[in-house]
Amino acid sequence: MTAKMKAGSIIFSILKYLSLILASLIAIIPVVVCVLTAFKTNDEYAASSVLDLPKSFANFENFSIAIEKANMLRGFLNTGIVLVVVLIVSVLTGSMLAYVLNRFKFPGRGAVESLFLFASLLPGIAMQVTIYQIMYSLNLINHLYGYMIVLMGTDIISIYIFLQFFENLSVSLDESAIMDGCTYFGVFFKILFPLLKPAIVTSLVLKGVSVYNEYYASSLYLTKPELKTISTALYTFTGPYGNQYNYICAGVLITIIPILIFFLVFQKQVYSGMAAGAVKG
Amino acid sequence: MDGSRTNARQMTFAEKFRSRKVQRYLVIVTFMFVPLLLLLVFTYVPFAKMVQFSFYDMKYIGAKTYVGLKNYIDVFKRSDIFGSLFVSVYYMGGAVLQLALALFFATMMVFKVKGESVFKAAMFFPYLVCGIAVGFIFKFFYARGFVLDTILQALGMDIDNIPLWLQNQKINNFSLVATSVWRYTGQNMVLFLGAMMSVDTDLYEAASLDGANKWHQFRYIIMPSIKSIIVLNLVLSISGSLSAFEPPYVITNGQMGTGTYFVIMNRLAHENQRVGLACAMAIVLLVIIIICTVAQKLFFKYAFNDGTEDESKAAVRRKKREAKKKGGA
Repeated sequence: MTAKMKAGSIIFSILKYLSLILASLIAIIPVVVCVLTAFKTNDEYAASSVLDLPKSFANFENFSIAIEKANMLRGFLNTGIVLVVVLIVSVLTGSMLAYVLNRFKFPGRGAVESLFLFASLLPGIAMQVTIYQIMYSLNLINHLYGYMIVLMGTDIISIYIFLQFFENLSVSLDESAIMDGCTYFGVFFKILFPLLKPAIVTSLVLKGVSVYNEYYASSLYLTKPELKTISTALYTFTGPYGNQYNYICAGVLITIIPILIFFLVFQKQVYSGMAAGAVKG
Repeated sequence: MDGSRTNARQMTFAEKFRSRKVQRYLVIVTFMFVPLLLLLVFTYVPFAKMVQFSFYDMKYIGAKTYVGLKNYIDVFKRSDIFGSLFVSVYYMGGAVLQLALALFFATMMVFKVKGESVFKAAMFFPYLVCGIAVGFIFKFFYARGFVLDTILQALGMDIDNIPLWLQNQKINNFSLVATSVWRYTGQNMVLFLGAMMSVDTDLYEAASLDGANKWHQFRYIIMPSIKSIIVLNLVLSISGSLSAFEPPYVITNGQMGTGTYFVIMNRLAHENQRVGLACAMAIVLLVIIIICTVAQKLFFKYAFNDGTEDESKAAVRRKKREAKKKGGA
């Protein structure tokens, strides 16, 4: 290596690390400031600069106020129930539909596939204008199950992920199981379903994140205070506490912490889930 | 004896076949019933209603009046809606910037970086924060005298020279777009990095041994592996920028010229109950999305050849050969 090239690669290294450090700082500073503010008492909050450290990181008063004022525990409970039910049903219906569409030839199969394909183009929030009317006429508004049904009904991602996965799953598995006298139901539940594990993980990650963060449908269909999910509970801070950012920051952190823990534990699955979800676009 | 045995075997085979057929039918119907019902009730019925309502002046409850194309004309005539289309241009600009940044950082990470996972996690995490929380974080960040102002003052700027990030109509859309760049850059980077890593990493080492500099490696090894994902993201960013919702909804509630298409649509549909007009807006958005999708498909077909290039070349060669044969004969 010539001296010139060596100098060039050192400069490149410096630029590389500087830019990455800067970008990471920009990514975390807004959240770090929130952490600082969430631990400040009202007096501290009024008197200190936002960048000052709080006197104590053991002051959890704002967190308990946030939990109480926004009824966040109830929000977590509701979001938790919705998450479990929606994820289980989405995985089951998505994988079953993909199995039928991938393994059987029947009249109308192409039509069904195109119906799902076209549905993925329809803009989410815009659709709620008329979905709202249907929810109203089916008397599904202000019921947790109504909200769950909406989230299951507008789920196209997991169907795609399972369809893709079935493409690469050899048909010889099904055939040999059928030779052994297995029924089609048996083939699906006993042979194929366990093999779908990577696709199930991917769809759980993508669907889980989107359900946990879902705000719009929840704000439309769950308006009673006791039915609020975690994101609509957080939204209540726009009202009377509009400028009490030490409470708001505490509330923000409370909603972020579960997903941060999830991310740190399942980092690899989250990244690969992103990549898998992106293929279809 | 031999004959009866084959007969018995045929019987069971026919039985089996018949039951297989019934089973097949059962499986298809039961496995498709729930998803298809949901698709119908929550996608296609609302879609049909949306088309229908877009020709009416109506509220959720009460009388409807047929108004023909008036709602569609209003979409382009009303200053709030047309203005929101203009606002989405800011978001498209932001999306291009965000893709460029994501591409840059992904490229940096392909060349070996110590602590890669820390950088990657820090930059990706904003994507997982819920939209409402992003809204609050940046409302606090931009508010007068709070985070950004304090940082700039610490860097030596005078508070009088710092603009009002959310009230000044010249810059408030830039401030809001910055939140979406903050939110999505890391996610785009992870997508790009995934595509780049699918290239055999030995290739980079071999290239640098052959004297290829970093730019050459980028141009000839990295770019080809990710050009389709870049185009895909560019196209998605158009519908994405029309769909920006939660941060502007929380931070400014669409005031002071920051109303995005969805913020305005939400206001018209659920606050003013102009259901017909909101439906027309939705249909216009859908048409834009369809145009983008078709354009993307065509682009992939013609610009990247999609693997058809070789076939067409082979066809040309075959024709030439045939022409030669004819000429020879």
